Amino acid sequence: MSSIPTSAEAMGAAHEAPALLALHALSVHFAGVPVVDAVSLAVRAGECLGVVGESGAGKSLTFLAALGLAPSAAAVSGRARFGATELIGCTERALDALRGRHIGLVFQDPMGALTPHLRIGAQLTEPILRHTGCSRRAARARALELLEQVRLAAPARCLQQYPHELSGGMRQRVLLAIALSCDPQLLILDEPTTALDVTIQAQILALLAHIKRERRLGLVLVTHDFAALAGLADRVAVMRAGRVIETGSAAQVFHAPRERYTRELLQAAREPAVPGGAPAARGAGAPVLAVEDLTVRYRQRGARRRRGEIVALQAVTVAIAPGESLAVVGESGCGKSTLTRAALRLVGAAHGRIAWLGREVGAWPERRLRALRRDLQLIFQDPLSSLDPRLSVERLVGEPLEIHHGELDAQARATRVAAMLERVGLDPALATRRPHELSGGQCQRVGIARAMILAPRLLVCDEPLSALDVRAQRQIGALLEALRREQGMSVLWVSHDLGAVRRGCERVLVLYQGAMAELAPSEALFSRPLHPYTRALLAAVPVADPDVQPGRLAQVRLTDGEPPPAGGCAFRTRCPQATARCTEQRPPWIEAGAGRWVACHHFERGADGMLRG
Amino acid sequence: MRLREPRVRARLAALVLGALVLLALFGPAASPYSYRALDWRHLAVPPGFIAQHWLGTDALGRDLYVRTLSGLRLSLLIGVLATGVSVLIGVAWGAGAGWVGGRVDAGMMRVVDVLYALPYLFIVLILAALFGRGNIAVLLVAIGAVGWLTLARVVRAQTLSLKRQPFMEAARAGGLSDLQMLRRHVLPNLAGTVVVYATLMVPQMIVYESFLSFLGLGVEPPRASLGSLINAGARQMLSAPWLLLVPAVVLIVLLLAFNVLGDALRDVLDPHQR
Amino acid sequence: MLGYALRRIAGIVPVLLILLTVSFFVIRLAPGGPFAAARALSARTRAELRQRYGLDRPLAVQYAAYLRALAHGDLGRSYSLRDEPVAGLIGAGLPVSAELGAAALALGALSGIALGMAAVLRRGGVIDRALAPLAAVTLALPSFVIGPLLALIVGVWLRWLPVAGWQPDTPRDLVLPAITLALPLIASIARLTRASLLEVLNASYIRTARARGLGRARVLWRHALRPALVPVVSYLGPAATYLVTGSLVVESVFELPGTGRYLVMGAIDRDYTLVMGMVLVYGTLTLLANLGADLLHAWLDPRVRHEAP
Repeated sequence: MSSIPTSAEAMGAAHEAPALLALHALSVHFAGVPVVDAVSLAVRAGECLGVVGESGAGKSLTFLAALGLAPSAAAVSGRARFGATELIGCTERALDALRGRHIGLVFQDPMGALTPHLRIGAQLTEPILRHTGCSRRAARARALELLEQVRLAAPARCLQQYPHELSGGMRQRVLLAIALSCDPQLLILDEPTTALDVTIQAQILALLAHIKRERRLGLVLVTHDFAALAGLADRVAVMRAGRVIETGSAAQVFHAPRERYTRELLQAAREPAVPGGAPAARGAGAPVLAVEDLTVRYRQRGARRRRGEIVALQAVTVAIAPGESLAVVGESGCGKSTLTRAALRLVGAAHGRIAWLGREVGAWPERRLRALRRDLQLIFQDPLSSLDPRLSVERLVGEPLEIHHGELDAQARATRVAAMLERVGLDPALATRRPHELSGGQCQRVGIARAMILAPRLLVCDEPLSALDVRAQRQIGALLEALRREQGMSVLWVSHDLGAVRRGCERVLVLYQGAMAELAPSEALFSRPLHPYTRALLAAVPVADPDVQPGRLAQVRLTDGEPPPAGGCAFRTRCPQATARCTEQRPPWIEAGAGRWVACHHFERGADGMLRG
Repeated sequence: MRLREPRVRARLAALVLGALVLLALFGPAASPYSYRALDWRHLAVPPGFIAQHWLGTDALGRDLYVRTLSGLRLSLLIGVLATGVSVLIGVAWGAGAGWVGGRVDAGMMRVVDVLYALPYLFIVLILAALFGRGNIAVLLVAIGAVGWLTLARVVRAQTLSLKRQPFMEAARAGGLSDLQMLRRHVLPNLAGTVVVYATLMVPQMIVYESFLSFLGLGVEPPRASLGSLINAGARQMLSAPWLLLVPAVVLIVLLLAFNVLGDALRDVLDPHQR
Repeated sequence: MLGYALRRIAGIVPVLLILLTVSFFVIRLAPGGPFAAARALSARTRAELRQRYGLDRPLAVQYAAYLRALAHGDLGRSYSLRDEPVAGLIGAGLPVSAELGAAALALGALSGIALGMAAVLRRGGVIDRALAPLAAVTLALPSFVIGPLLALIVGVWLRWLPVAGWQPDTPRDLVLPAITLALPLIASIARLTRASLLEVLNASYIRTARARGLGRARVLWRHALRPALVPVVSYLGPAATYLVTGSLVVESVFELPGTGRYLVMGAIDRDYTLVMGMVLVYGTLTLLANLGADLLHAWLDPRVRHEAP
C-alpha cells in the first residue's frame, strides 16, 4: 500500500501537479457523424473531475475512446496523453499495460459488468497476477484486503461466490475493488451509482469520497446527475451533444453557471420533477382505492434447499380519497410495485380486502372487474415496452375506447384521439408512428394519453419518470400535475426517490421489504421523519450543492448490513438504534399523531427530526 | 446487387422459389413424355436433345426431366402440407402452454422435452415402415408430427416473454379480456416468428420426406419424389451420373432457396434475434 | 454440480421405459406380423414359429416376459436373421456406428468452433465473409445428397479415397463417411459460434475485462469463450438426434456394417426383437447425448446449477 497523504496535501498537490490524463481535441465519429466533437479535458493527481450531461452527450464515449475501448465502428481522432504516453494510435499491448495497472475503470450496469462464470476471487486476483507478478497467495491476500477496503460485509465468502449471487450494490463494490487492485494513478467511473438504490448510491458516493481522501489518485466521475458530483468533484465539465460547453471549478459551476443549459441541469437536480400545486378539489365519498391487510406471497421456485415462500407484501392497509395524491416510496424489492399490481387485481396471489370506488372487488372474477377498470388507469416505468410495438400511436391511444366505448364509431374515436394527443402535447403528425420511432418522452406521452382518454378516477403512476432524461422528466412531471388538477382525479405515485415526490403528493407511504414503515402527510414526513429508515432515505438523497453534500456524505454508513432472518423488525440490521426488542418482536403499526402512522419500537426517540437536508 | 441486404436476399430467394413452383406445376406438361412412360429406344441416354429427352432418361427409358419435376411437385406438396400440420400443432401447443402457465405449462413442456430427447425421426421411420409404405397420407402425418416440437418451444418462449411485457399488463389493466388480449396483442406479435419458422420448416419437411423415400419407405415406384430419384441415381452413379446430379441439384436449389428466404425474413422481421 | 448430475441421470430411466413400452405395443399393433410376409409357410409352420417365439401369448404376458429378460440383459433373438441373438448383432455393429458418430461429432464440433472463432477474430476476412454463404449451401445438402456426391467426386472421379466398404483397422474407409456426416454439423456449429461469440464480445463484462488490461487472448479464452459456447452446447442435443438419423443414411450409402440397417430391415420384416433392440440402443444414445449437453451447459453457466432441473 502506498502511504496515505492527508487531504490537505492532496488538495495542495492538485494545483501544481501536471495533468495525469490530458485530452486534446478528441473526436469520435460513427459513419462520419461526430458523436464526440473536439473534447479537451485534463485531470491531475489528487483531483476529481466531474463530467456531466444527458444521455447521448458523448461523455462515456469520450473516455472509452481515450482508452481504446470504443466500439470498433468508431473513428477516433485527436490526442489523449496519459503521463508521457500518447494513447490514441497506441498498440493494444501498450494500452493493456496501462489499463488495470495505472488506470482503473468502473462502468455503469454493475449487473452485467462481471463475467458470469468466474468466481469473484478469480476476477479480482486476475489483474493483480497479471500486472504485479506476485504469487497467487499474495494476490489472494491482496484481494481480501481490497474487499475490506470497499467495505463488503463478508469478504472471505464473497471471494468464493459467483456474480449472480451478489446484489447490485455488492457488485459495484467488487468492481471498485477490481479497479483499485493495482493501485492505479487514475480512476475513471462511468455512472457508478445510476442503477443503484438511493441508500446504496449514497454509500458508494461516500465510499468514493473516502477513497479519494485516502489515496492520492486522479478521479473522473461521469454522470448525468449533478447531485452525484456535489460532494466529490473539484472541477466540473458539462457536455452536450458531444461538446464540452462549460468547465470550471465545482464552486463556480454549481453557484454561478454561465450556460443556460447548465442552469437547466442544475435546476433539474435541485427541484423535484413533479411540481407542487394546490391539492385538487377533494371530492366526497368512498375512497377510489382501498386495501386492508393486503398480503402477497409467492411460492419460490428453486433448488430444493431454497424452496419456500417469499412474502412480497405484508399486511398493507391504505386508502386513497377522491382527488387525493398518495406516494408509495421505497427501494427495489420493497413491494411498491407489488402493492399497486395487487390493488389493481393484476397479480393473483393476493390476500386481504380490496375495494374500488367503494365496492369490495377482492373476490370478483376478472370478467366483472373489466368494466370498472376504466376508472383505474396505470402508466408505466418503461414507456417503450408498455406499448405494443406493432400498433400505431393512433391505434394505441384509441384502443381503450374500442374496449370500453363500443358505441363510438371510427370517426368519433378519431376525433377524441386527436384531441387527447393534442392535450398531452404530441404532434398530430406522430399519430401514424410506431412506438420505436418515438423518443422516451414521446412514448410516455402516448402512455399518458392512453390512460387519460377514459377520464379515470385514479391514475397509478409507476415510476413514470425514472427511465427519462432529466429535462423530459420535468416536462412529463408538469404534464401529469396539470392533468391531475384539471381532471380532479386521484393519483397513486410510486417512486424509489423520496425527493421526487416531495411537492407533488399530499401523503407518503414508506415501504421497507414488503411492510409499511411509515405513513404521513408529506410536509410532516419531510420535516419530522419518524422511522429510522425514512431518515436514512432522506439522508441518502444527494443534494446538488458542493457546500452541503460533503457533510451529508460524511454521515453515511459505509457498510451495508445483510438482510436479516425472518421475524422481528426487517430494518434492524441496518438500524443505528436497533435493540434486542427489534430482533424479538415485529414492531406494531401505531398511530403517532394526526394522520401519522409508523412501525418502529423507537419512534419517540427519533422525534427530533434534525436530519432534514 | 447487394446480397448483404436481407431484403435483397429475401426477394432473390422468393424469385427462385416462384420459378421452381411454376416449373413443378407446368414444367411436366411441356414435355411430350409422362413420368411413367417407358421409351425402349432411348435407355439411359445422357442429357442433351435426343428425342426431346432434355435431361436424359433412366435405365428404363423414363424421361428424367419429367420425373424430376413431378418429384419436385410431390416434395413441395408434402413439405408445405406437413409444415401446415406442424404449425397448427406447434402454435396451439406452445401458445396454450405459455398463456396458461403454471403446472399446465410445466406438464405440456415436459412432454415436449421427453419427445425432443427421443430419436423421434426413428419412431417416424418405424411408423412409416409399419403402416405406410407408399401411403402419402401416413407419410404426411408422420413427418408433420416431428416438426412441431421446436415450434412449440419457440412459440411458448415468445408467449411467455410477451406475457411479461409491460404492454400486456397495460392491456389487462385496460380491461381487455383474455380472448381480446390473445387476438389483439399475442397472436399478431407471434406472427412474425411463426412465418420465419414455417419458412425454415418447409425445407426440413422436404428433407424428411426425401430421407424416407431414400430409404425406400416413401413413395412407391413408378411415382417419384426427389429422394427416391436420388436414391436410384446414387446406385447408378458410375454408369449414369446425371441420374444422381439432376435431382440432387434441383433439391439443393430448392432447399437453399427456402433456407435463404427464412434466414432473410428473420433478419428483416426481428433483427434482434440471432 | 454432482447432485444436479445425479438427478438428471435418474431422470433418464423412466423416459427410456416409456419409450420401450410405447414401441413394444406400437409395433405389435401394426398390421402384419413376423412370418406373415413373403415366404410361403404353411399355416402349421407359422403357428409353430409363433409359439416358439411366444407370440401366441397375450400381449401383457409378452410385455412382462420382455421386461424380465431385459432386466437380465437378454435382448432376445432375431426372427429374421437366422436366430442370431440381438445383443450379438448390436455388439458387432455398434463399434462401427459409434466410431463413425464419434468421429463426425469431434470433427463437427472442433472445426465448427474453430471456424466460428476464426471468423470473429478476423472480422471481414475471408473466413468471415465466406462462412454465411457456405453454411447456407451446406445446410441445404442433406446427408443422402452429400454422401453420393462426395463418393462420386472424391471417390470415383478423383480416386482419392475408397468409395465404399469396410475393413477393420483401416481409418481411410471412415474418412468420407465421417466428413459426409460432419459437414452439416460444421456449418451449424460454425454459424452458432460466430453469432454467439460476437454477441458475448459486446457484453459489458468483456469491456470490464479489457479495462483490466488482461490482453486480448486472455479476454477471449477465459472470459468470452465459455459463455459463447452455451448455444453451441445446447445444440448438441439436436445434433445427436441428427447423427443418429444421419448415420443411417451414411451407413447405407457407404455400405458400412453398422447397426443402422437393422432398424429399417427389422421394421419392414416385423422383426420385433431386433426393432426393440435398436430402439433401446438409439434411445439410450440420444438420451445420454442430451444429458451430456445439459451437464456441459451447467458447467459453462453457474446460474443453471442453482436452479431446479
